[in-house]
Amino acid sequence: MKSMLRRIYGNEIVELACENDKVIVLDGDLTTSTKTADFAKKFPERFFNCGIAEQNMVSVAAGLASAGNIVFVSSFAMFLAGRAYDQIRNNVAYTNLNVKFIATHAGISVGQDGATHQCVEDISLMRAIPKMTVIVPSDAEQTRAAVRYAAAHEGPVYIRLGRVSTKDCYSEKSINFALKKSFLRKEGDIATLVYCGPFCELAEQVSDIMANLGLAVRVVDMPFVKPLDEREVLRCAEDTGLLVTLEEHSVLGGFGGAVCECVSGAKLSGRRNGPEVLRIGVPDMFGKSGRPEELMSLYGFTAKNIVLQIISACMPEYVNDISQFLT
Amino acid sequence: MDTYEFARQIRILALKSVYSAGCGHITSALSCADIIAVLYNEKMDYDPSFPDYPDRDRLVLSKGHACPALYAALALKGFFDVAELDNLRDISGFLEGMPSMVLTPGVDMSSGSLGMGVSSAAGMALAARINKRDYNVYAIVGDGEINEGQIWESFLFAAHNKLDNLCVFIDKNGLQLSGRTDDILNTSPLADKLLSFGAKALEIDGNNISEIQNALSDFDEEKERFTVIIANTLKGKGVSFMEDSPLWHGRVPDENEYIKALDELERR
Repeated sequence: MKSMLRRIYGNEIVELACENDKVIVLDGDLTTSTKTADFAKKFPERFFNCGIAEQNMVSVAAGLASAGNIVFVSSFAMFLAGRAYDQIRNNVAYTNLNVKFIATHAGISVGQDGATHQCVEDISLMRAIPKMTVIVPSDAEQTRAAVRYAAAHEGPVYIRLGRVSTKDCYSEKSINFALKKSFLRKEGDIATLVYCGPFCELAEQVSDIMANLGLAVRVVDMPFVKPLDEREVLRCAEDTGLLVTLEEHSVLGGFGGAVCECVSGAKLSGRRNGPEVLRIGVPDMFGKSGRPEELMSLYGFTAKNIVLQIISACMPEYVNDISQFLT
Repeated sequence: MDTYEFARQIRILALKSVYSAGCGHITSALSCADIIAVLYNEKMDYDPSFPDYPDRDRLVLSKGHACPALYAALALKGFFDVAELDNLRDISGFLEGMPSMVLTPGVDMSSGSLGMGVSSAAGMALAARINKRDYNVYAIVGDGEINEGQIWESFLFAAHNKLDNLCVFIDKNGLQLSGRTDDILNTSPLADKLLSFGAKALEIDGNNISEIQNALSDFDEEKERFTVIIANTLKGKGVSFMEDSPLWHGRVPDENEYIKALDELERR
């Protein structure tokens, strides 16, 4: 089964609002895209379409939250993290207010709308802000857990969702984010593939191919980019040496950057050289129009590419053979 | 203390604190001191012993750099000790260069990055309706600050949502950092613009206590629109050599200037 994560968000805030009358939702003229339309219908007195004016919307959210409300603000990642960065930083994070940003249509899989709508810098922007929590759920259950976590957490939270549907990986009610931990998907020793966002399926394909080659890759799903599950990052670095990060975001400053910062300078027993980190993500360039799956392939989000990159990093002498084998 | 005397005390304490900090925006504070004085001395409902009291009226000083006047008013009203004003902008104190609602008792919203305050005030005003509370929200913006596009977004929002419990003062002193507002980015005719944005627009002498009082009574009467009061003020009001001078936006008086300024304010 596949789910549209923004639809899951839309359903979950309706449930939340039934339990808690402090929940308010703001949207910037994207209700059918961000899936807040059901909430708007059910709780018209607690829903405000702020129009195409994201800066005002974020500061209004700060005012609402300062009076004791829990405010969910939905828009595209580009127009929250990008357009309203100053308001998020100074009006919401500096004040540590209960505003929860649900940024949809993040990454290049937005598709045909092209580069202006494909935000691949938001993780980097948001994780640099003090007091901000950054969560990138991988599936429907994690999205539910993220929304629940955000509502219960004191302070700002940024939840990043994509446009396209993604495979359900976790069973119902199996996820609790209270401990901000990551999820071990598969054991392995040659390298760890660690990802944030909807990559359960791709990671599985990578580990299957590697297993066919007789190589066991550890797979870890890490939805919390901030605070990062540093203990798990360091454990994987210690156990497997090579860390391969995977995110639908620029390779600069995002999840891969966070992992690099975590391991930089870490003293790992038994390793003379520090662990190696290979960052897989959107290269330092703008996106373009195209169908989501075409773009994902163009920018290297394929099992074959990831396998070859892992092989180049840990056994470069076999790259040519394996490349031929895979075609 | 009557409001005239309260305003005079705000000016004196603001000047002292900026002089002691060695930096800050004294003339911006002086231009809106009378508005702040009326609000805190007679208009707003608040409780210094319970600063977060949920039904209180709120002020968002959107032109955050004028905070020496706000801090002086809060200290005089007992939110914190007047002696704390000597620690303005000091690493050991809790009076930041721009207002912080997290650090300073009585500050209802952090500000400093221009253009955001009316939006936050609108959010607070809307919260009164949603949470079924009865309070008013005031905001003070600069006439340079209204260059920011977000201000006009916030006016659209306030009109659309009929925030009749929101009152915005535009502290129209005619100056911004690098010169005269009319020369830098002309916003006139301002009242016409505000009316067309759906505000109840009033224009007063913003350094005249009774005109401020009357305008606030008009705001109380309004039951549909949000109110914007164009307060024509003098930047640096109360210190002759600072008044309406483009040189004094970020300047701090030297010792002789300080003595002269203090003397003028004390003899007012």
